[in-house]
Amino acid sequence: MSTIEASPEVGHDEHGHDHDHPPFLAHHFDTPEQQFDSGKLGIWLFLVTEVLFFSGMFCAYAIFRALRPEVFEGCSQFLNTKLGAINTGVLLFSSLTMAWAVRCSQLEQHKGLVGTLAATLSCAMIFLGVKAIEYSHKFGMGLLPAGLFAYDPSNPHPDPAGHPPYLAYICAPFALALAGVLVWLVVSAVTGNKFQFAIAKPLSVVCVCFFVGVGLGTFLESGEESADHVDVHADPNGLATASVMLEAEESAAADAAPAIAASGAMIPVDESVLEILATDPTNVGVVSGLNALEQQTAAAGTSTVTGDGAILGAITTTEIDVMTPTTAGVFFSIYYCMTGIHAIHILAGIGVLVWLLVRAVRQDFNRQYFGPVDYVGLYWHLVDLIWIYLFPLLYLIR
Amino acid sequence: MSAGSLPSGSQVKDPGYPTPSENYLTNSKGILSWIFTLDHKRIGVMYLVGVTLAFGVAGLLALLIRLHLFQPDGMVFQGEEANNWYNQVFTLHGAIMVFLFIIPSVPAALGNFLVPVMLGAKDVAFPRLNLCSFYLWVFGALFFVSALCASGLDTGWTFYTPYSTTTDSSVILATSGAFILGFSSIFTGLNFIVTINTMRPPGMTWFRMPLFLWATYATSIIQVLATPVLGITLLLLIAERTMHIGIFDPEYNGDPVTFQHFFWFYSHPAVYIMILPAFGIISDLISVHSHKRIFGYRFIAYSSIAIALLGFLVWGHHMFTAGMSSLTTIIFSALTFTVSVPSAIKVFNWLATMYKGSISLTTPMCYALSFIFLFTIGGLTGLHLGTLATDMHLHDTYFVVAHFHYVMVGGTLVAFLGGVFHWWPKMFGKMYSEAGGRLSAFLVFAGFNLTFLPQFILGSRGMPRRYATYDPEFAGLHQMSTYGSMLLGFGLLVALFVLLRSVGAFSRFGLACGKKAPANPWGGATLEWQCTSPPPFYNFERAPAVGDPYDFSDLEWEADEERYVTVEPKREVIPEEQPKPAPAHAEDSN
Repeated sequence: MSTIEASPEVGHDEHGHDHDHPPFLAHHFDTPEQQFDSGKLGIWLFLVTEVLFFSGMFCAYAIFRALRPEVFEGCSQFLNTKLGAINTGVLLFSSLTMAWAVRCSQLEQHKGLVGTLAATLSCAMIFLGVKAIEYSHKFGMGLLPAGLFAYDPSNPHPDPAGHPPYLAYICAPFALALAGVLVWLVVSAVTGNKFQFAIAKPLSVVCVCFFVGVGLGTFLESGEESADHVDVHADPNGLATASVMLEAEESAAADAAPAIAASGAMIPVDESVLEILATDPTNVGVVSGLNALEQQTAAAGTSTVTGDGAILGAITTTEIDVMTPTTAGVFFSIYYCMTGIHAIHILAGIGVLVWLLVRAVRQDFNRQYFGPVDYVGLYWHLVDLIWIYLFPLLYLIR
Repeated sequence: MSAGSLPSGSQVKDPGYPTPSENYLTNSKGILSWIFTLDHKRIGVMYLVGVTLAFGVAGLLALLIRLHLFQPDGMVFQGEEANNWYNQVFTLHGAIMVFLFIIPSVPAALGNFLVPVMLGAKDVAFPRLNLCSFYLWVFGALFFVSALCASGLDTGWTFYTPYSTTTDSSVILATSGAFILGFSSIFTGLNFIVTINTMRPPGMTWFRMPLFLWATYATSIIQVLATPVLGITLLLLIAERTMHIGIFDPEYNGDPVTFQHFFWFYSHPAVYIMILPAFGIISDLISVHSHKRIFGYRFIAYSSIAIALLGFLVWGHHMFTAGMSSLTTIIFSALTFTVSVPSAIKVFNWLATMYKGSISLTTPMCYALSFIFLFTIGGLTGLHLGTLATDMHLHDTYFVVAHFHYVMVGGTLVAFLGGVFHWWPKMFGKMYSEAGGRLSAFLVFAGFNLTFLPQFILGSRGMPRRYATYDPEFAGLHQMSTYGSMLLGFGLLVALFVLLRSVGAFSRFGLACGKKAPANPWGGATLEWQCTSPPPFYNFERAPAVGDPYDFSDLEWEADEERYVTVEPKREVIPEEQPKPAPAHAEDSN
């Protein structure tokens, strides 16, 4: 039950125009520390919302993986582990440069700050470039969300002329950005605007990095194809090699991975798991899956199936086609939702990093005021962290 | 106000340092000074106008529903499309009320105005984010309006799959609107948490915060933790409709019950986003108008946090009939009952506060009293629905409709009105007509009960909700309900009239505006009553004396001046120690 008058330096009549009120301090804050702490708590709370936002998709992943483990096993073979690994490395490195940027801003190393921010941006662009290759490749194969799924096991690599040039579509905006930045670079160099030149220079490198990523992806994806898939359309001279590869694959058919990609994707499924899941009436997906299974087994003439749910006692394993819209399509739906929303977060990160780059060139940050770099850094680490989870869940776990 | 009289841009950006005669309403002029304002009080007022408009639209839709149900075969919508029209009207009534009115009503409108003032801060922590949040609200509202104009919406406000993935109505527009409104809600909650954590002035410790701030804090926690899940759910629903991703759509092996789980994981906590701030208002109103220290301050404070956390564990009670396993339903049912403990703590503490208090039956107090009565009915009928056996019978009947209207309208709306009447003199500096205010409180109370008490009976007799027609034996109760809704609507119009008249909206018709409000018309001890009415731009001309928010011992009514004055402070002048967090970069300073 005590009362105090707030100390005189806090909040007296001339709000905000104290002599010790530095220009970066907003009027409604009393001290730089208060401003920094507010921002820090704010960004942490924002990251909490981000985690919960992604948690919905992680839940969807967990539910459908539990319902249809065989689909997830079969379909993850289509994801190129090498490209995923490269992207993981690139993002990890970008987190290093981002943390370095925070340190540079605290130490007032302005050139170092611009350099590390540009390096972070470049890594983000390489990531997107590689992602563009992965996406366009899957679009071309018809590996799309359930409603659009058009994969044909007998023709896994349709003629590129038969579908739109997806890669060109994805690259077009980045090419435009690169052209714009290059024009800006030349104009600012000619007019002698040092400030703009100092921004355009790192940005042009950043934009080029997208195409570095595309090149890297193309190189690795083609290497992967000759090893895993049989692509006779790609290279007429490689026909002989391809057929040799095919034989080698067939001889190693016990090894499920390449066989699925090449030959129609039939893998064994553990019925007991499905049966247990089917006893729960909420598992609509499983029940309909089992019904599909019944029809399949009935057609194959090996039916021991009785009515709803109380089935399959005699069957221990059955072949199930995982490459249909209702099975593989759901895997790719989840794949595109998770990686797509992650890519949108990368794009948003690129946006705020460019804003930081401009402010870094303007030398806005100092020992007392480096909050924005710190906050963007935290955001960037989170985006990186989410990828660290996505990579094993989608690419590695078999 | 013509464009020529607008102030220059610099004036808008820098509102200057007002002399004491200026307040936040007059310190800068012109429409642009409102559109680009970063002042939390002006943003609060803009929200107040916005949510009132949304309430008006959704309220008219409600009256349309009640009119239609006046006759067993429907009175308003006729012809082949009658049922379709009815579906669209009740869907939009629900969706607009929930997303555009109830969720932002108390936190965004009153909260924005009051949180920094009650705290003794100059503004919220992120004023620009605050303005952004308001425009996101406007933007989301536009999406809803466009859904209304495009092809309506007939899914119910819950957007349940698989119907929402197959219907022809504008689900995508409406869910995009709800998605955007979610961001608005998140940003408001985030702003309040940071403001309350970091912007408390020296002396304002956690347990000197008014209970409205505690309730707002608990609400903000829910907004930050629950709303993102709604965001991803609606995004997946949009993807389901556009690309058929097969997560919710059984046609592609999806699971519609997954949607219900995702949806209620947000929407049940959202129920507490709607009611918790109302608890906060009532705690303050009861104490101030009983002129007695709040009973069990810490219990009320902690119970808000407890409700916020427990609210995350009970979403399954919306889905007892959806086919969950019996174990799951039993667990959800048991958890649901635990929520009633902190709720009951609040009600008992309010009653104990009034006991032997010196109660003045002012307009806000009338609303607060009807809140306690109505919310108690709403809360207790919730137990019927949380009980597995009775829920099987009552699920999707008018009993549910009556229950949640007792909580949302009898609870939140009545508390919102009480709060508006309580803080109106502070917000606009004018006193309203007490007689008119009390009349509105009585009409709202009577009209509300006449509308919704019959619905409990209807529901328990088996009248299902969301039907455009009904059996003739229900006609009497339905007609009672319709008469009640007219009375309720009239009462709300009286309230609007009383408030608008006080600020001179009808002065051209010879109706005098209200008297100038003193700084402290009710005898409140919280900080907002220390600044002038309306508050100056930076809230306080000098730093407020932070003390016990419910210590009324040194406030006395000055009959000549018609205001409360502070008489010889009995408060000690020893500052309560407040540990200041050591900033990470303190050594870098200077």
